[in-house]
Amino acid sequence: MSTGWLVGSVIIAVIAVPLIGGLLRGIDRKLTAHMQGRIGPPIIQNFYDLIKLLGKKPMVAGKPQLVFAYAYLALIITAVVFFALRQDLLVVLFILCFACVCLVLGALSVKSPYSQFGGHRELLQMLAYEPILFLAVIPITLKTGGFPIANIFEYGQPLLPNLWLTFIALVIALDIVMRKSPFDISSSEHAHQELVRGVITEYSGPYLAIIELAHWYELVLLLAILGLFWVVGSLWWLSILIPLAIWFILLITDNICTRLTWSWMVKFAWGIGLSLIALNILIVNLGWI
Amino acid sequence: MGLLTRSRIKSPWLLHYDCGGCNGCDIEVVASLTPLYDLERFGIVNIGNPKHADILLVTGTVNYRNKRVLRNLYEQMPEPRLVVAIGACALTGGIFHNAPNTICGVDKIIPVDVYVPGCPPKPEAIIDGVILALEKLKTPNNSPLS
Repeated sequence: MSTGWLVGSVIIAVIAVPLIGGLLRGIDRKLTAHMQGRIGPPIIQNFYDLIKLLGKKPMVAGKPQLVFAYAYLALIITAVVFFALRQDLLVVLFILCFACVCLVLGALSVKSPYSQFGGHRELLQMLAYEPILFLAVIPITLKTGGFPIANIFEYGQPLLPNLWLTFIALVIALDIVMRKSPFDISSSEHAHQELVRGVITEYSGPYLAIIELAHWYELVLLLAILGLFWVVGSLWWLSILIPLAIWFILLITDNICTRLTWSWMVKFAWGIGLSLIALNILIVNLGWI
Repeated sequence: MGLLTRSRIKSPWLLHYDCGGCNGCDIEVVASLTPLYDLERFGIVNIGNPKHADILLVTGTVNYRNKRVLRNLYEQMPEPRLVVAIGACALTGGIFHNAPNTICGVDKIIPVDVYVPGCPPKPEAIIDGVILALEKLKTPNNSPLS
């Protein structure tokens, strides 16, 4: 890759990704409203929310909260930039994991019971999805011969026909990361439940805007990871279409499911997710069956 | 109108606090948030968290026990913030105005921007009150940040 190409992809990653993420969140709200028989907000509603939050008077419960909010955003942007530069997939996932740890530490640095509660639940969510994310790299690596994302591009053929079991496991993990029903355990879209807004309860004004911006980056990064499964070949545009289709399916499940308990989530994620990946490695990569 | 003002008007997040009373006004507040009126199309969300809220909806009679809670909620909201008092009890104490424990009016505890009278007011009146409160954001004098 030439230097110009590298600089271009970094600029797109930092500037275009949040715009796409914000629009996706807006479309999410619009579609959800239509599914519930409502008109819903305009699709640029989340940009209004973000600007409004940035213009509010800063209030913090403690300085560590600030550090962790900025760290969360900075680490997620780092992960997105690494992804855009086609670096090591495992490193991208580790940075994402560290970013989520920052969110938890920010929540736990405040004494509010709702924030603490949300922080503990976020840890449980990480317990559920992190093993899937990390283990999903193994079948990809065995297929393409290395951890770098560039290898997937050089592999020459789509991964999905061989690794569709891993793909399903990843979809489960991503649904948990996105905190959509039935996995909206650590924080919920609407604050009516017992945990108020969970991990983000104590963030307000501009700091809530930082967290929201980080969520936009995170959403696009997660969808881009799904896109990796069909990124080459003549049907390369499927790498955009497949993540969007999956995102739409997750949106429907979000609307038809209620929140379930964390123990169910961990059992589901480990039971189904990890077995799918194990099966994938045994059948496809090692050729046992 | 600047982008920030426009965004503030387009994205009011509500916090509803019931100081006490008969629950009539609360039912009307909740009714105004149902899909029938679909307030989310104006960006209005019932956020249930003072740290995220822009507008505080207060119903019911304030008394000496819950005035601390009311003031606490108000102080936790980051500026610019607006208060809408809903119903006769929140405005003046209503039928409880003679009771010894009643403080007659929310405005004796926190500054109120819009008064919505009625016992209880209709959901349409409550929505009107919120929209009227947003008008206040357009005039820079009332914006605490200016």
